[in-house]
Amino acid sequence: MGLITTLSAPSMSLVEVEEGVKVLSPNIVITSMDKLINWGRSSSLWPMTFGLACCAIEMMACYASHNDLDRMGIIPRGSPRQADFMFVAGTVTKKMSEIVRRVYDQMPEPRYVISVGSCANSGGIFNTYSTVQGCDTFLPIDVYIPGCPPRPEAFIDGIIKLQEKIKKEQFRWGRWR
Amino acid sequence: MEDIEKPFETKEMTISMGPQHPATHGVLRLVLNLNGENVVKCTPHVGYLHRGIEKLGENRTYFAALPLTDRLDYISSMNNNVGYVNAVEKLFGIEAPSRAKFIRTMVAELGRISSHIIWLGTHVLDIGATTPFLLAMAEREKILDLFEELCGARLTVSYPRVGGVRNDVSQKFLDQAYEFAMKFDARMDEYETLVTENRIWKERTVDIGIISAEEAVNWGLTGGTLRGSGVDYDVRKYFPYDAYDQVEFEVPVGKKGDCYDRYLVRVGELRQANRILRQCIEKLPEGPVLADAPKFTLPPKDMVLKDMEHLIHQFILITKGPTVPEGEIYVGTEVPKGELGFYFVSDGTGRPYRMRVRAPSFIHASVLPRLCEGGLIADVIANIGTIDIVLGECDR
Repeated sequence: MGLITTLSAPSMSLVEVEEGVKVLSPNIVITSMDKLINWGRSSSLWPMTFGLACCAIEMMACYASHNDLDRMGIIPRGSPRQADFMFVAGTVTKKMSEIVRRVYDQMPEPRYVISVGSCANSGGIFNTYSTVQGCDTFLPIDVYIPGCPPRPEAFIDGIIKLQEKIKKEQFRWGRWR
Repeated sequence: MEDIEKPFETKEMTISMGPQHPATHGVLRLVLNLNGENVVKCTPHVGYLHRGIEKLGENRTYFAALPLTDRLDYISSMNNNVGYVNAVEKLFGIEAPSRAKFIRTMVAELGRISSHIIWLGTHVLDIGATTPFLLAMAEREKILDLFEELCGARLTVSYPRVGGVRNDVSQKFLDQAYEFAMKFDARMDEYETLVTENRIWKERTVDIGIISAEEAVNWGLTGGTLRGSGVDYDVRKYFPYDAYDQVEFEVPVGKKGDCYDRYLVRVGELRQANRILRQCIEKLPEGPVLADAPKFTLPPKDMVLKDMEHLIHQFILITKGPTVPEGEIYVGTEVPKGELGFYFVSDGTGRPYRMRVRAPSFIHASVLPRLCEGGLIADVIANIGTIDIVLGECDR
């Protein structure tokens, strides 16, 4: 994925609009394949519709009209097969943890997980016999959102953090290149 | 030709609906035995959100268990708080001042509106209409903004206190709440235009999930689910707490006990809640917001920071808890889902010996087989929506 160095029209000049992204003339963009794919991935993240407890209500508030995640390309999907990432939104109990893991396993790669709220992050106030003390004990987590429950603004910030993380990826898709 | 005329062999199919399903309102799991499209048997499985709230409550002082009740029915946490503090106040033998009672009634009705409006949005969304959901969530944001103005939190408020409320309401809050209340009836008309006479909505809900008044009582249903069948039992009317005996309101009841009647009852409750809210703001008396009972209420924070005696007093109340009369007590309050009861057994120490929560959602989930069996699989969704359950409260 090398950069095109010889220009057909010598009068055109390269303009660097972002680090590593050069715009030649109105219709030509020169970039690396990594950046193109990461750009596509990060701007249409489809989450899994999966709520566990209180945080799911704030998650619903995010999807709905007031905060409107659709404007960021985020459209909730009912099936894990169509999802790119999932929110673990709420308390994960021991009985539920197997199902959360199975939902994660059903998602296609590349997949991401955002852990939402104190309960999913660390067990929160529910330090009991039935609660898993943090969903990172059985899932790989990309972004943690603190709060009990986090505000919709915190959700949006968490998603932006995930997008930033995806934009920096390099070799994740390389296995089938 | 003979092959075609042979009767088809049919056999029962078992499918598991949930715990990960967008229409089960959380983590409810139903195991459905199906004969074609007909539901033969429906078995609800609960416990996917069992967090041990009752056990945690027994290990904390009466003050410290209050935030746990937020997480019971997380859609209407204000109502749970009000129910909890009412029960604890009755156990302590103290009474909140009149202004605090009115404020509690006011915020409880705001919580009821926010809960019913989420119920309306999600129930209608499950059946297939998207617009009311978006409108309802926008409406709910206004109530959450009010809560934020009041106490700083949106969802898990922990605003009421044993013996009153945490802080007095500001004039700004009252103005905003009154403005909201004045506009709300017109907004309700808007929702009703979208849903009530909608042909698809009526076809999906009329004569679905019928339960008679006698059966509803026998199943232990409360709240809108019971009143849809024509029983006018409302804790606010029969055993008034807070300021409910000083405001006027009606209890809407249904006739047939189908999904549509329960819908009409809850829509009527929304309007009544708004009526109570308006009256509370108009009648709000002056006075303190925390009871003058130093043995059971925390001292004011500014005194704690200045005065040694108050500091020691606060320290003892927080670490050991108050000295409580021995005995047991049950207090039921009307939350949006039904009758939420708190049962305490006190052994005289600062922590309850036993804390039991009578959760309406658990009892309503048990009636699901009765509603679903014999119906179609598409009506299962309507039935889950109509009983208005929250799994945090159901599993505790």
